[in-house]
Amino acid sequence: MVTFWFIVIAFLWTGYFVLEGFDFGVGALLPLLSRGEAERRQMIGTIGPVWDGNEVWVITAVGAMFAAFPVWYSDLLSGYYLPFFLVVVGLIARGVGLEWRGKVTSRREAALCDAGIVTGSVLTAFLWGAIFGHVVRGTAAATVIGGTLSLSVAVLHGAVFLSLKTAGPVRARARRAALLTAAGAVPLAVLALPAVADTAAAPWTWVAALAATAALAAGVALIGRHREGAAFAATTAFITLATAALFGALWRAPLPGLTVTEAASASYTLTVLTWIGLLALPGVLAYQAWTYWVFRKRLTAAAVS
Amino acid sequence: MDALDLARWQFGVTTVYHFLFVPLTIGLGVFVAAMQTAWHRTGKDHYLTLTRFFGKLFLINFAMGVVTGLVQEFQFGMNWSEYSTFVGDVFGAPLAMEALLAFFLESTFLGLWIFGWDRLPKRVHLACLWAAVIGSNVSAYFILAANAWMKHPVGYEVVDGRARMTDLWAVLTNSTALAQVPHVVGAAFVVAGGFVLAVAGYRLLRERGSDEQARRSPMWRTALRGALVMTAIAGVVVTASGDLSARLLHEQQPMKLAAAEGLRHDTAGAAFSIVPGVEVPGMLSLLTTHDPNAVVQGTDDIQARYEQRFGPADYTPNLPVIYWSFRVMIGFGMATVGLSVLGLWLTRRRRGRGRRRTTAQVVPVWFARACVLALPLPTLAVTAGWLLSEIGRQPWTVQGELLTAASVSPGVGLTEVAISLAVFTVLYGLLAVAEGALLVRHIKAGPEDRPGQRPERPTPTPAETDPGKARLTPTLMY
Repeated sequence: MVTFWFIVIAFLWTGYFVLEGFDFGVGALLPLLSRGEAERRQMIGTIGPVWDGNEVWVITAVGAMFAAFPVWYSDLLSGYYLPFFLVVVGLIARGVGLEWRGKVTSRREAALCDAGIVTGSVLTAFLWGAIFGHVVRGTAAATVIGGTLSLSVAVLHGAVFLSLKTAGPVRARARRAALLTAAGAVPLAVLALPAVADTAAAPWTWVAALAATAALAAGVALIGRHREGAAFAATTAFITLATAALFGALWRAPLPGLTVTEAASASYTLTVLTWIGLLALPGVLAYQAWTYWVFRKRLTAAAVS
Repeated sequence: MDALDLARWQFGVTTVYHFLFVPLTIGLGVFVAAMQTAWHRTGKDHYLTLTRFFGKLFLINFAMGVVTGLVQEFQFGMNWSEYSTFVGDVFGAPLAMEALLAFFLESTFLGLWIFGWDRLPKRVHLACLWAAVIGSNVSAYFILAANAWMKHPVGYEVVDGRARMTDLWAVLTNSTALAQVPHVVGAAFVVAGGFVLAVAGYRLLRERGSDEQARRSPMWRTALRGALVMTAIAGVVVTASGDLSARLLHEQQPMKLAAAEGLRHDTAGAAFSIVPGVEVPGMLSLLTTHDPNAVVQGTDDIQARYEQRFGPADYTPNLPVIYWSFRVMIGFGMATVGLSVLGLWLTRRRRGRGRRRTTAQVVPVWFARACVLALPLPTLAVTAGWLLSEIGRQPWTVQGELLTAASVSPGVGLTEVAISLAVFTVLYGLLAVAEGALLVRHIKAGPEDRPGQRPERPTPTPAETDPGKARLTPTLMY
């Protein structure tokens, strides 16, 4: 049961990194890929209907950690106090910017919202990699490499998403941005993933890390060939496999000196949580998938201006 | 001043602030959904105008509820790691359920509603709003079930220094939760009702004598009547559940009850204090036990009993704060509900049928002014209610099980908490000003006419040259 809930937590974080990963990327690229208000609205419009639902994945992941692994939750958040504080500040800036973007009435205020979206996206995307990098390796280098990797992957993922969801000049620029970002993301992944993989405790994490790197390379090749849908599937696969490798490495010790069994709730709680999860999650996946179906069309700058 | 004090201040500041926005999300969402339902049923344009107008205000406010809620979930672990370790097995479950069963519903379907106006069939689009609104209300239930467990822990046992859940059903049907949910959700509807009253009252005053008056006054009458009905019904729910809560306090949290009344010693036939010096004999005993002669415990005697039971410590919470919070809660809450009952009477008949042109024919001008002035009252009442409820719980985080002093994160230093407290306070202050300004601006601008058509967008040519002064058209994102 403890193993099962560890996998559920890993699944929730994976969902979060995949979904909000491209939200962060779109936010970070906002000033770089847009020329003028119409294109900014076009870019924000690609994530407008879905970003808030995507963010609930982290609320659920953290809430599920609180319920299923209270000691892990407590020690992680209090141990990384300032990083998590900055995560929250980043999410506030980004959330308010996105929600108010369509309600403000002057350019100056719109620019303030954009600033919130950009800084919030960049800061938070960096922090997730930095936090988990430090948890796994415990060094300053791992913190910086982890953060840079998560930020660059989010930007790449977001650029691929934009090239998939837009039409016109933004689409072309997003494709170029994806190729440029890949030049940084691929070496970082090659550097970082072997360090995450834990040969002794979970040999399969090596397989996940290797497969992740392959998926990333495939993603870059595919975006180069204008295969945007397939490229997005590849960057999604990369994030999924890399998160799997990360949680595989955390399995032996979710935090230094802590085991999952010590961290976990008792079996009664885990059992009732399992039933609730089994009842609720399929529904959540179904209606979130439906949302992407409803908003499946490419956005043009003309349609939102 | 140590890390514990600052952590408590941070929790107080961020939680009270969070709950400035939550009631509007809960109550106004239902109001907007009701307006859209009325439009769907009748096809009358003014229901759509109201849906769009209050929908926009709802969304400006919704953003703040969401982002300040994030802080709550993280800060349990950040500042209160000992608490989280102790309670996670029990307390975490309703939080996880809240995210899974309520937040996903709320956020996903609200996104569909905001962007789905011309992409979804009308019926489906309306259903999306209801799904989101139901999500908000369900989330209130789960978080209040978690909160109620802190005051009246049930369905658990303590093993190896950690609470272990033994009965989820007992946690979810905790008597304290069942009394608290209608009380807090009802109060949220009073806040939302008061907000709509203030906005409708303001628009009626502003449009007095204008060209729009004849066309719009029936619409504002609809909003006003809807809000009056909502506030009055919610007022009954809040009062009844408040009465129930008082009786539960008598059994479960006698210290809070005694503090709320400033009762120092165990007293038979205890009087209810209205303000210091003005008392109704026997009323407190009657309210809490339905027996005017029953004994109600006093703070000093409870303190002595707790010392015997739990060991020497200060078990008495901050008495003046609790005493006055209680009075602000009841006074301002009742004033709002009273205003709504009065308004229902004043607007009972349609006047000037056919040619209703003036504000005075919808509602007396003085009443419209009163509605605007009353805007802060329900929010002050709700805030006072939370102060009573949570400061009155001190010195416990979990009544009888865990002290606040033992709940704080041992590894988090004064500097870290000071930084986060300072930044949150400044950031929250700035955001409050921004939200207030945005709301006021949209309320002053009033609803868009002919809401059935998408507004034409002027070409943004002059805007590009002078970025500071140029105006943006309010976008389609509502």
